[in-house]
Amino acid sequence: MATIVTAGRRPGQGVAANLLLYALLLILSVIFIAPLLWMLSTSFKTTEGATALPPQWIPEEFSAEGYTSLFADAQAPVLRWLFNSVVVAVAHTVLVLVTAAAAAYPLARMRFRGKNTIFALIVATLFVPGFVFLMPNYLIVESLGWLDSKWALIVPGAASAFGVFFLRQFFVSIPVELEEAGLIDGANRFQIFVRIVLPLAKAPLATLAILSLLGSWNDFLWPLYVLFNPENLTLPAGLATLKGAYATDYPAIMAGAALASVPVLIAFALVQRYVIAGVARSGLKG
Amino acid sequence: MATETLVDRRSRRAPGTVEVPRGAGVRPGRFTPYLFLAPFLLVFGVFVLAPAVYGLWISLHNWDFFLPTRPWVGLTNYLNLFDSDNLLAEQFWESMLATGKFVLFSVPLLVVLPLGLAMLLNRNFRGRTAFRAIYFAPYVLGVSVIGLLWQFLLSSNVGLVNYYLSKVGLDEAIPWLTALPWVWISLVGVTVWWTMGFNSVVYLAGLQGIDTALYDAAKVDGASRWREFVHVTLPGLRPVLLFVVTMTILASANMFGQSYLLTAGNPSNETRTAIMFIAQVGLEQFRIGSAAAMSYLLALLLIVISAANFVFFRSKEGD
Repeated sequence: MATIVTAGRRPGQGVAANLLLYALLLILSVIFIAPLLWMLSTSFKTTEGATALPPQWIPEEFSAEGYTSLFADAQAPVLRWLFNSVVVAVAHTVLVLVTAAAAAYPLARMRFRGKNTIFALIVATLFVPGFVFLMPNYLIVESLGWLDSKWALIVPGAASAFGVFFLRQFFVSIPVELEEAGLIDGANRFQIFVRIVLPLAKAPLATLAILSLLGSWNDFLWPLYVLFNPENLTLPAGLATLKGAYATDYPAIMAGAALASVPVLIAFALVQRYVIAGVARSGLKG
Repeated sequence: MATETLVDRRSRRAPGTVEVPRGAGVRPGRFTPYLFLAPFLLVFGVFVLAPAVYGLWISLHNWDFFLPTRPWVGLTNYLNLFDSDNLLAEQFWESMLATGKFVLFSVPLLVVLPLGLAMLLNRNFRGRTAFRAIYFAPYVLGVSVIGLLWQFLLSSNVGLVNYYLSKVGLDEAIPWLTALPWVWISLVGVTVWWTMGFNSVVYLAGLQGIDTALYDAAKVDGASRWREFVHVTLPGLRPVLLFVVTMTILASANMFGQSYLLTAGNPSNETRTAIMFIAQVGLEQFRIGSAAAMSYLLALLLIVISAANFVFFRSKEGD
């Protein structure tokens, strides 16, 4: 399809080409969005309505049964999972930001013994696939008494080599004069870091925050194996149990899936520019 | 915390920056950098460096959760994986084959289709930001949501996919999640739907970084669209392509959730991926030594593939 292979800044190619472009974009949009709408719509159906043919995109009979049956089920405390997921994602992200930013600053701006070794070690781990840490970290978390607790989800993944690397690249690019002004005013390095450097780094910090939030919110394998009690699960681990427990009760299953997706989709709609800019930037730096 | 001369000379950028006078009562704080690094290094040490070594140590032992002793077995856990009479080895390589197939089927699609989509989005038209967001939307959802949703959509008797296929004349109900080759088509298709927005956005940023003068020059030379693509777009995207190819191979090799939720590894373990098998052996059967050995073997393979990929793209640089 030759029309696709253009570089953007060509002058308009006439109404026909434009119509074709929009038709294609709309068909693609349906493919990406329709499944999500189907999930939402099913979550408000009766069990009969969910599998009725022809499919009811708008439920003929609205029902909150899917949600209420989940809310009443002690084995599937979805609201508790939602709460756990929020706490874990926020705490994890704060820890990532604080540790990565503080570590990136001296690596960008100070001279000290062992600097190159430390930086090389951090960068080297960027290339080690995460599953290598699965078995030993399971044993470490177990010996810390963190199995089946939020700590197992908040701390182990928080040493973000990517975060340090990414923020260091940014800190290096900040003009040194800005910090020197602070030094002349008698501020110490910690004050300079907090008052001058961090405010300048809002954009990369936001990028790292978004990527960490998403990563933690959607993490699946690790919580699946380190959490056990239904009360302690996060949404992804909890949802996996619905498949067995609710087999063909599609409204309930889709209600669970909707509870996990709607908050994220709304947040995404509000800050999509930043999310996308963040992803793009992480790609270009990587 | 004492202050010190601010700049590491190697990282200084603009010439002519002001050196802070040393006489101003400024003493270099010897421990300052380490204090900044301490919180990160603590977490990094305990959960990244230590496990990297500890995992290797475990893999050299018969480390069973339920055994009172965990005897040293040297390389046995590794050698067992190459023993053709060993059941574990047979199942491990079967799972490696499943991962290999998934990488082979999904990576080309996830490299090519998002590039097409990115070029479509790189044109000037009204609403491109909105379309970009729509195509990216599935990516913000977790694999558990994706799994539950598509398990319903691909259900052979009540799924929408088979319903709409029957509307266009395909009356046979396709067993998307239970039979070959459909399981692979489902797993790859769902993964492409879920993650292609991510790759598109990375490509799009790369496309916007290509100097427009190059396109103008190509046009002056009367280059066709295809030649323009081959001689301007692709070379301009080389670093981004390397990133996308490497990241996509790694992501596909890590595949776990889709198989776990959609096919449960079926039919007869055909779609049980390496990660799924390692997790089962290590964290369900608690044969942690064997699982650690398998992890290291797979990681080594992936590092070699990534390095080969890097060398390949480097060698193309001169072209």
